[in-house]
Amino acid sequence: MKLDVILRVGVKLILPSLLLFALYVHFHGDYGPGGGFQAGVMSAAMVILYGLIFGIKAAKRVVPQGLVERMVPLGVLVYLSAGIPALFEGHHFLDYGVLSHDPVHGHEYGILLVETGVLITVSSTMTAIFYAFAERGRS
Amino acid sequence: METFVNAVLLTLLAFATLGVIWQRSLFGVVILAGIYSFLMASVLIVLDAVDVAMTEASVGAGISTIVLLATLFLTQSRENPRPRNVLLPLFVAASVGAALIWGTFSLPPFGVADAPIHQHTVPYYLHQSINDTGVPNVVTAVLADYRGYDTLGEVTVIFTAGIGVMVLLRGRRRRDKKGGSAAS
Repeated sequence: MKLDVILRVGVKLILPSLLLFALYVHFHGDYGPGGGFQAGVMSAAMVILYGLIFGIKAAKRVVPQGLVERMVPLGVLVYLSAGIPALFEGHHFLDYGVLSHDPVHGHEYGILLVETGVLITVSSTMTAIFYAFAERGRS
Repeated sequence: METFVNAVLLTLLAFATLGVIWQRSLFGVVILAGIYSFLMASVLIVLDAVDVAMTEASVGAGISTIVLLATLFLTQSRENPRPRNVLLPLFVAASVGAALIWGTFSLPPFGVADAPIHQHTVPYYLHQSINDTGVPNVVTAVLADYRGYDTLGEVTVIFTAGIGVMVLLRGRRRRDKKGGSAAS
């Protein structure tokens, strides 16, 4: 492992652009292909790639396991929180129109919030599954 | 040109499938499955389904290959010898395949505009989604807004799957520690 210079340097070059592309796919999902799910998988792939090359300990220093496991339910809660305000205004659940004065803007914000929830849950679930497998291998 | 690309991709898909069947080393099977997913993503790009292609490439070729390799690391990586009697599995596979091919005969021709799926709610989404949501990408508008309940269900499914895997893999480990010498 220690001698894989090309892999180590290459991965270090790839990782920032991978994260940047994941963020681009997430925030550009309103205009282009992709969205929270694809961005979540890509950001999880970044952590997994880092863990494969530099070891699981280094990956857990960057993205702690406790944080990952808390993010799994957090994403679902973020998604749900996008639907709650509509209930107080007497609209249907997940009606994003109430999130802003202009209903169209409200829908835009709601979609971004929902996609963020998907991103959080998907990326943390994939990372958590990888961590779980890697832990089994060491014991 | 598109026909040629499709022919090449589908031929490679067939070869990848045959490779999966004939390969005995499970490591090779996992790599071939990753190649299959990547070819499938290319087919989806040719079909102009870029969102699905992106998902297939990242999940099918990326994450699931790594998870399968991690599974191989924990178990043995040779396939068990084949069962002697292949007639029943062959019959089941052939009849299911024939039923699927028979089912495609009653589908409308590929890509025609007046297929039933393009008549129901699709025209409304295509014309109204920009006015309703201000989001130019209709796929995103349908997924996150019109079909918000479905996507909420999908997120809950991913959440449940993640929790399930964590409980299964980590719970076992804790018991191993307590038991002391439970060899795994």
